[in-house]
Parts: sequence; C-alpha cells; structure tokens
Amino acid sequence: MGEPLNHDSYSDDYLRGILRSVRTIAMVGASPYWNRPSYFAMKYLQAKGFRVIPVNPSAGASEILGEKVYSSLAEIPEAIDMVDVFRRSEEAPAIVDAAIAKGAKVVWMQIGVRNDAAARKAEAAGLEVVMNRCPKIEYSRLCGELGWSGVNTGIITAKRRRL
Amino acid sequence: MADADRPTNPGFETLAVHAGASPDPATGARSTPIYQTTAYVFDDVDHAASLFNLQTYGYIYSRLTNPTVSVLEERVAALEGGRGAICVASGHAAQVLAFFTFMEPGDHFVAANKLYGGSITQFGRSFRKFGWEATLVDPDEPENFRRAITPRTKAIFVESLANPGGSVVDLEAVATIAHDAGLLFIVDNTMASPYLCRPFAWGADLVVHSTTKFLSGHGNAMGGAVIDSGKVDWAKSAKFKALTEPEPAYHGLRFYETFGDLAFTVHGHAVGLRDLGATMAPLNAFLTITGIETLALRMERHVANALAVAQHLESHPAVAWVSHAGLRSSPYHALARKYLPKGSGPVFTFGLKGGYDAGVKLVENVNLFSHLANVGDTRSLILHPASTTHRQLDEAQQRAAGAGPEVVRLSVGIETVADLIADLDRALAAIGR
Repeated sequence: MGEPLNHDSYSDDYLRGILRSVRTIAMVGASPYWNRPSYFAMKYLQAKGFRVIPVNPSAGASEILGEKVYSSLAEIPEAIDMVDVFRRSEEAPAIVDAAIAKGAKVVWMQIGVRNDAAARKAEAAGLEVVMNRCPKIEYSRLCGELGWSGVNTGIITAKRRRL
Repeated sequence: MADADRPTNPGFETLAVHAGASPDPATGARSTPIYQTTAYVFDDVDHAASLFNLQTYGYIYSRLTNPTVSVLEERVAALEGGRGAICVASGHAAQVLAFFTFMEPGDHFVAANKLYGGSITQFGRSFRKFGWEATLVDPDEPENFRRAITPRTKAIFVESLANPGGSVVDLEAVATIAHDAGLLFIVDNTMASPYLCRPFAWGADLVVHSTTKFLSGHGNAMGGAVIDSGKVDWAKSAKFKALTEPEPAYHGLRFYETFGDLAFTVHGHAVGLRDLGATMAPLNAFLTITGIETLALRMERHVANALAVAQHLESHPAVAWVSHAGLRSSPYHALARKYLPKGSGPVFTFGLKGGYDAGVKLVENVNLFSHLANVGDTRSLILHPASTTHRQLDEAQQRAAGAGPEVVRLSVGIETVADLIADLDRALAAIGR
C-alpha cells in the first residue's frame, strides 16, 4: 500500500481513471423528480453512455429514466462497477458495506457527503473512493463541457479535449 | 507569503495564453474561432428538454452562452483564481448582473465613494429605479463601511485601485468587515487587472471587470465580466434567496442545492443573461481573448512607463501634486506595496496649479496622448474628468471621487516613455502661454 489517498484534493488522473473504467453505476438515493440534483446527474451520465441503476426504497416509482428502481443494492441482479451515494454522510457506512458485498469497485459520495471512516473501510476492501464531488461535474470538467458554462475547469492542454 | 503573492500553478502567463482555450473541439483550430451564430441545433426533443432544464451542458441561444464567449469566461475566471465567470456587454452590465443576482427592491449596499464616475451615477441614479439603495463612504477609513451597514445591506463594493484617484483600498480589512456582517464583498479589479492584484486572495467573494480596459488592452472591444470565487455559502443566511430558494421559471429548481459552488455562475447565465440580455458579442470575446494573451507583458511596460511619467510630473513646476500609489509621497504607498506588489497601475491623476482652465488647455495641447474617455489601451490616454466623465457630478462629489476641477487623468500606454514625457512637457509649457 502506498500513501493514503488525500480526500481533500483528488488528482485529475485519479478521477479520470475512475470515470474511464466504470460502466455500470448504482445510484443510491436517485429521485424520480426531474428537478432534483440526482435526476440531473443520472440523466447526464446516461447520455454519456453509463448504465445507471436507481436504488431508492421510497422512490414511489417503479422506473426512473427508463431504469427499474431497486430498493437495495443487494437486489440488483447484475454486477455494479460504482456506487454513487446521494444520501446523507451518516448513511455512508451502511452503503459502503452493501457496496463491498455487491463487489463494486468504486464508492463515489456526492457533494456534501463525506464519511472518512466509511472511506477507509471501503479502501481496505480494495475499493476506490471519491467524496464530496459529483461525477456529472467531474466528467464534464475533465472533458471540457463544464467550460461551456463559464466554469474554470483547471484543465490546460494544447490537445483536443476528451475525458 | 500572502496567498496573493504565491505563484499560480500553472503560472499566470501560461493561464493567460491557454486557460479555457484548448483546441476547438469541432475543427482542431488552435486559435479560438469566432462562433458568429445566434442559435444551436438540438439533437432531438429530449436533448432540447435537457438543455432547457439545465440538466446537460450545451448551447441553446447566444444571449445565454456562446462558445467564443465561454473561452473568455473560463480564462478570466482562471486568471482571477475564481470558480467561474459570466461575460457581459460592458463593465456597467457586469455591475448590474452581479447585483441583480442577490438584490431585491428595498435592499442596500455600501460602496466606496472613490469610484469611476459612471459607477457613482449608475449606483446613485439608475439602480434606484430597481429599488436598490447605495450608501457611498470614504474607503480610506475601512470602519466607514461598518458604520453604514443596515439590516437590508447585502454587499460592500470597492475598486481595488480606484479610478481616477489612484487610491488603494485596504481589501483585507474591508473583507473582514463584510464577512463579519454576513455580506458579500465585491471588488472591481478593472484598473489593476489580475496581473497586479488578486482580490480573491484577500477575501473578495465576487470580482467584476470592465474587460474593455487592460484585459482586452487595445481599446477595441467592449466587455465586462463577473467572476465568482466559488467560496460563498449562499445558504448561511436568508440573504441570498435567488440561489437558495426554488426558482419558479425552472419549475422549482434550487440553484445552490443543484449546482453547489457553480450556482452563481450557472444562475448568471440561466437567469441573469436570460432576462437582462446584456450579452457580450463573440467578436469582442475573441478580441479580448487575444488581448489577454499579452496581459503580463503589457502590464509590466504599462506600470514601468506610468511610474516614470509620474516621477517626472512630480518635479514639474506646473504640477501641484501627483497621486500615484507607486510614489513615496502617496498616502497609499504602503497599501500599494501590499496589494499591488508588481506595480501600482498605469492609471493615475495629477493636479495642475492652473486649475480647471489649465486642465482644459493641457488635454487640447497634447499630441501623442489621445484625449478620450477610456483607460487601459496600448496607447497613452489623457482625460480631464471635471469637463467629461465626472461632469454630471457637483464639485463636492467630484472632489470626493478624486476628480476635482484641477485634476487630469492619464492612462499611460506602452509607447517609448521618453516620447510620452516630451509630449507632456511640450503641452504643459503651452498652458502658460
């Protein structure tokens, strides 16, 4: 094991590596309402070719954006690469346990969600962890689309942008 | 070492050339293309819906966003060390858009009284039509800002380096006063440019620019910018409801909850430019992008020339005083060394012993200096504020703004400095005749 990962500042290479390797994402806390942040993220990630499977026991809908809603990670019949956490920080440990049991390779906690103990447990089980970030924002930042909205992406390159 | 003195990574000059402008994604063009189009096709109805709902990134209509303008927005945001930027038609439009985001009728802000004369007029007259009240105070005593705060106050506004007086505001002290009261601290960094001053490092929350000046730098492109630090907790109080409460025009979307530290930047386009319509033209964005590439080189020469001219004028018999923060005689010299370590700016004022009439004669007798109402051009510019930009103000207001009847303002260009000094000497000699 090398140095423990600094969760205050991720390198672009680290985030890019995750977003390039992941195909199937379980989104815990996905909302069926179009004006909720999770719906924005799910719709965007779908458009970028990710399979996003919603997990929400109280969604009140059987489908979100064409995908069947499951009430737990364990119920999902297929393999999951990444678990995206749209729940409060206190709920992260239980979600991490379920993600490890499910065989996920990455746990990604959204902006405002951070639980260092849960992160250490996931990392000890061999998972990669991102906290307090949004995969939609990071994907769009790294591929250059975020700059279309006037945002400082921090990317300097003389090559054509791709993820 | 203060944050403001820390080199950026990548360095400032690298950002000035590259930030926001990787090769054009469509064509590979290395210079940023001018996307001279009003609208953009949708892939399908679902794509259009995603764009209108702000669920994906993309262009709809150039009043909101345009690929050439976006490059400039990212570049100015990078140079200021901010999270994002909104570019608009002019510096005045930048001020309207910045305040529009969080001001309601009946709200109030405190501003320095040493400001560009046009800003004093905008704040004191046109902003009142929106129900926005401004109290102007002398920024030389930072406590003046605290004393003017009311329960409806939302922000404090200053120019880092004031136009035209050449005074420097104690940014760190005023930022503390603003944040103690839960207010936004807004800094107009036009005169200094991000090369000379880094307001976010001293506590600014928003920076505004007239990009028409040193950023574009060649006197050929109008524009303005509002840059967000990305550091404001908009939900900390109930003062910033436009970003925290549901937005009816987007079916109850809450900008801060949905976009986090991008909320101000997204709101500035999706609501600010949508409804105010003060869009920057793509051609002006292109000219400004090109100008910024040489910002560091130009500013070095601008400040060196300006200091040499100021030192020369200080010893000239027709000159009563010179207000340039780079001179040891300036009361702002210590503040300038702290906030403007690379030079005290290319714009300064001086007073003529002959008063108003001498000012009029001087501007009419120079040959190399251009007599016009602008600053931040490669060319040297001269202005007599009392007869031009500040003529709408009464004499007391003129003096408070550092623009009394005897005052002449120079924006020193990047020509050969000996030629500039010779031109002023010849015109000053003509005053007495």
